[in-house]
Amino acid sequence: MITRSAHEMATALEAGDTTSEKLTQEHLDRIAAVDGDVHAFLYVDTEGALSQARGVDARRQSGEKVGPLAGVPLALKDVMVQHGVPTTAGSKILEGWRPPYDATVVAKLKQAGIVILGKTNMDEFAMGSSTENSAYGPTHNPWDLSRIPGGSGGGSSASLAAFEAPLAIGTDTGGSIRQPAAVTGTVGVKPTYGGVSRYGLIAFSSSLDQAGPCARTVLDAALLHEVIAGHDARDATSIDAPVPQVVKAAREGNVKGMKIGVVKELNGDGYQAGVRSRFEESLELLANEGAEIVEVSCPNFEYALAAYYLIAPSECSSNLARFDAMRYGLRVGDADGASAESVMNFTREVGFGREVKRRIILGTYALSSGYYDAYYGSAQKVRTLIMDDFKRAFNSADVLVSPTCPTTAFKIGEKANDPLAMYLNDIATIPVNMAGIGGMSLPCGLAPEDGLPVGFQIMAPAMQDQRMYSAAAALEASLLTKWGAPLLSQIPALGGSK
Amino acid sequence: MSLTYEEVILKYEPVLGLEVHVELNTKSKMFCGCATEFGAEPNTQTCPVCLGMPGALPVVNQKAIESSILIGLALHCSVTPFSRFSRKNYFYPDMPKNFQISQYDEPICVNGYVDVEIETEEGPKQFRVEIERVHMEEDTGKSLHVGGATGRIHGADYSLLDFNRAGIPLVEIVTKIVPGTGKYAPEVAKAYVAELRDILRSLGVSDVRMEQGSLRCDANVSLRLIGAETLGTRSETKNVNSLRSVERAVRGEMIRHAELLNRGERVVQETRHFQEDTGLTRSGRSKEQAEDYRYFPEPDLVPVEPDAAWVEILRVSLPEQPTLRRKRLQEEWSVPDKEMAAMINADALDIVEATVEFGADPTRARGWWLGEISRIANEKDVSIAELAITPVDVAEIVALVARGELTDKLARQVVEGVIAGEGKPSHVMETRGLKVVSDESALMAAIENAIAAQPETAEKVRSGHIPAAGALIGAVMKETKGQADAARVRELLLAHLGQ
Repeated sequence: MITRSAHEMATALEAGDTTSEKLTQEHLDRIAAVDGDVHAFLYVDTEGALSQARGVDARRQSGEKVGPLAGVPLALKDVMVQHGVPTTAGSKILEGWRPPYDATVVAKLKQAGIVILGKTNMDEFAMGSSTENSAYGPTHNPWDLSRIPGGSGGGSSASLAAFEAPLAIGTDTGGSIRQPAAVTGTVGVKPTYGGVSRYGLIAFSSSLDQAGPCARTVLDAALLHEVIAGHDARDATSIDAPVPQVVKAAREGNVKGMKIGVVKELNGDGYQAGVRSRFEESLELLANEGAEIVEVSCPNFEYALAAYYLIAPSECSSNLARFDAMRYGLRVGDADGASAESVMNFTREVGFGREVKRRIILGTYALSSGYYDAYYGSAQKVRTLIMDDFKRAFNSADVLVSPTCPTTAFKIGEKANDPLAMYLNDIATIPVNMAGIGGMSLPCGLAPEDGLPVGFQIMAPAMQDQRMYSAAAALEASLLTKWGAPLLSQIPALGGSK
Repeated sequence: MSLTYEEVILKYEPVLGLEVHVELNTKSKMFCGCATEFGAEPNTQTCPVCLGMPGALPVVNQKAIESSILIGLALHCSVTPFSRFSRKNYFYPDMPKNFQISQYDEPICVNGYVDVEIETEEGPKQFRVEIERVHMEEDTGKSLHVGGATGRIHGADYSLLDFNRAGIPLVEIVTKIVPGTGKYAPEVAKAYVAELRDILRSLGVSDVRMEQGSLRCDANVSLRLIGAETLGTRSETKNVNSLRSVERAVRGEMIRHAELLNRGERVVQETRHFQEDTGLTRSGRSKEQAEDYRYFPEPDLVPVEPDAAWVEILRVSLPEQPTLRRKRLQEEWSVPDKEMAAMINADALDIVEATVEFGADPTRARGWWLGEISRIANEKDVSIAELAITPVDVAEIVALVARGELTDKLARQVVEGVIAGEGKPSHVMETRGLKVVSDESALMAAIENAIAAQPETAEKVRSGHIPAAGALIGAVMKETKGQADAARVRELLLAHLGQ
C-alpha cells in the first residue's frame, strides 16, 4: 500500500479495504526500516499519529462524512509548528522546544483528518539547498544515498521518494519545495504568495516564504493544496479570495490551446545536458497534447539571485532576532552573574549554524543606515522589475516553464564550502518567489548521464494556480504513457522491503 | 554655581520638543487578541503573537487604526492615504521579537497643531504647538530588576519579565520644535500635555492616566543664547509621570543646561530620567552615537490605506474640542476666569458638568466639588473622582438645600456621610437625623422655653433692643441641635415678642 498514491490510499480507506491505523502503522514500519539510511525525519510522532489515525477510523465508522484525504499519513516539515510536538526548524537553538499552538496549516490538516507522522529534516531555518545545513545531520537522497535530497525541504521530499509518507508539507522561500521535488523525482508546489497561511510557519523571509504541498502525483498535490489553502485572518498577507480549483484542473489535465512560454533566460548555459534534453522532450509531449509552445524573455531575471540574497537575509536578520534564550529554546551561558546580553550572545553563538550566521550578518549589513538604499532598497526595485517581466511574459503565455534546477542532485559535501555555487542551484526557482506567483515542479525523467531525476518547472500568474496543475497533469499523463510506470518505480531499493 | 530661573531666561532661549506616548484603551492588543486590562497577574494576558513565539504573526487591530485617525483629526493633522509599519530592530529582554513594530517614515497622520493658553502676569497668552506626526506602535513588556541598589538592570541579582504590556497599542504624538515660548517654556509644556490629555479623554481613546503610564511624556529641551539661530544640544527627559512633573522637568533641565553652558561645558545628547522626589534628572542612555535600528517595512503586515469616506465619517464624529467646550461652559455657567482656572486645575470640569446635568445649579455644584469635597479629597490624598460621592449625590444635596430641608452646615455632614459610604444623601439625612426642623409648633415650644429661661433678655427685645435676640436664638438652636433654620427661628421669635 505504501507505494500507492495518496488518492489511491484515500480510496482504499473509503472503500474499507484498509484502516488509517493500519496505513499509518505501515508507514511507521517503513520509517523504522529505512530512515536510518535516509534520515528524512527529525521526529517521528508514533503515538500521536496512531491516535490520530484511530480517531479518523472512528469518525469514518460512525458514518461521519470525512475529507477526501482523511486517514492518509503526511510528513510535516519541521519549520511548521505543531502543538506539543518538538519543532526545531533544523536548528540547535530550538532544541527541545514544544510549541504551545498549531500552525494554521497544521490545524487544517488535523481538521481534514490527515495523520501527521512526524517532523522532517531541513536546512536550518530553511536556509540552504541541500539539507546539509541541518543542525541534526543531512538527509540522503533515496535515489543515491551519497547525494543531497535538495533543500531546504530535503526531508519532506526524501520521505516521499522513500515511501515513508505519501504526502508532505514543504515551504518555499527561493525554491525549497520545488528544488527538492526535482532532485528526488517527486511533485512540489509553491502556491501563490498569500494562498496558504503563514501563521505558524517559522519565518525565514516573510515576504517570500510560502508553504505548499509535496506529493508523488499531481493530483495528490492538488488534493493537499485544497486542504491547506485559503484565507486566514491570522495572516495579514493571506489573500481573501476563493482557492483556485486545483483539484479540478489536476483531474482534467488539459493543455489544448494553452500557450506555454519557455523562459529564454532559464535554460541553456549552465544547465546540465541531461536536464536540458529531458526538458525539451517534455515540451514536445506538451505540444503533442495540443499546447502552443512559445519563447518568452525575462531580462531582469539576471538580477533575481543577487536581489534575493539581499532581501531574504535582511528579513531573516530581523526574523531570527527573537531567538534570544529569554522565553524558549536553547539557553547557554546562564551562569551566576551573567548578564542577559551575554546569555543572548552565547546562545546565538552556539545555537546558530554557519549558514544562518552568514545570512544574519549579511542582512544586518544590508539594512544598516547608509547602506539601506543601495542594498535593500535596490533589491526591492529589482523585485518590481521581475514582476514586470512576469507580467509581460504572461501577456503572451498562459503558463511559463523551465527546468526546475540547472543540475540533478549533487554529492553531499560537494558544494558545502562554496556558498555561491550552492546559491546558483536556485537560479530558476527564485524569480517565482520574488514575484509572489505560483510555481511547481514535477518529474520529467532521469538524466541519461547520471540516472538521476530531472524536474520540470511550471509557473502561473498569482491566484491562477489551477493553470499549472492543468499543464502538470497533462504532462504527467503523457510521461506515464511513455514510461509505462511512474518514475519512482525505478528508484533503487532501500534497506527495507518496498 | 547654581543659577536661578530668572538668570537662565535673561541669557538663554529654551526650545522645546515633546513626544507623548499614549496607550490606547482598545479591548485587545495592537497585533493580537490579548486583553489589555491594567494590573492583571503577570504574563496572564499573553499569546504566541505577543510573546514572539516562532511562527506567530501580527494582525493590525482596526480599532487602534480608528483611534489613531481620530487623534490625528482632533490635532488638525492630515491623515495619510498610505502609511506603513516598519520594524525597529534592537535587542532587549523585554521585547519579545527583538524588534518593535512601529510606524517610521510613513506615519498615519502628519502636520497638525494644538493651541494652548497659559495664565501670565500680563493675562492669558496663547501658544501654538505644531504637531509633526502621529504614529502607531506596540508597547514592550516590563522588566522588574530584583536586587542591586538601583533597580536597574546593571547590578540586579535577577530580572523578571512581564509581557502583559507587550503589544499594547501605543500612539506617539511628536511635536515639531517649539521655539518662542521664552520664560513660559515650562508652563507651555505642561499646558500642552494637559490639553492633549483633555483632547484624548474627550475622544475616549485612552485612559490618559499619567500615573499608570497610559500617557507618558518625553520632554526634549535645549537652550540657545537669546538671538542665536542654531539650536543647542538637547536632552530627552523620560519618566515624567504627572503634569506638574512636566513643568518641573523642563524648568530643571533649563537650569541644568544653563549651568553647563555658563561653565563652558557642553550638554551631552542623552536621555535623562526625571526623579519625582528631587525634581532633578539623572543621566540615562547616551544618544551621542545615533543607534542604528535598521528600520525596514514590516513584511508581515500590509500598508494602512484608510478609506477617505471613512475618514470623513470619523471627522464629523469628533466631539467638541476641549477648549471650545470650556469656553462654552464658562459662559453658560457665568464662571469668573479665576474660578474657571481653579476648576480646570482641580480636574473638576467633567464632574461639575455631570452634576449640572442632574439638575444642580452650576454655582452650587461647583461650590460643593471645589469646596468641601475637594477638602476631604485632599485630606485623604485622592482625587475627587475617586471619592464615593457621585454627581447624582451632589445634585440631590443641592436640591435638598434649595428646598430648605438642609442647611449648608447640615449638608456638609451629609456629604461626609455619603463619602463614608453611609448611603444616598436623603438616606444619610434621615439616619443621621439631620433634617431641618420646620415643624413650627416644635419651634414655638423651644422659643417658649428660651423666653422662660431668659425673661430679662426677652424683655429687652420686647422693648425694642433687637440685637439681644441673638442669645434667645442661640438657645433655640441649641435645643433643636442645630436642625432648625436660624432665620425662621428669628422671624418667629421676633413676632412672638411683638417685634
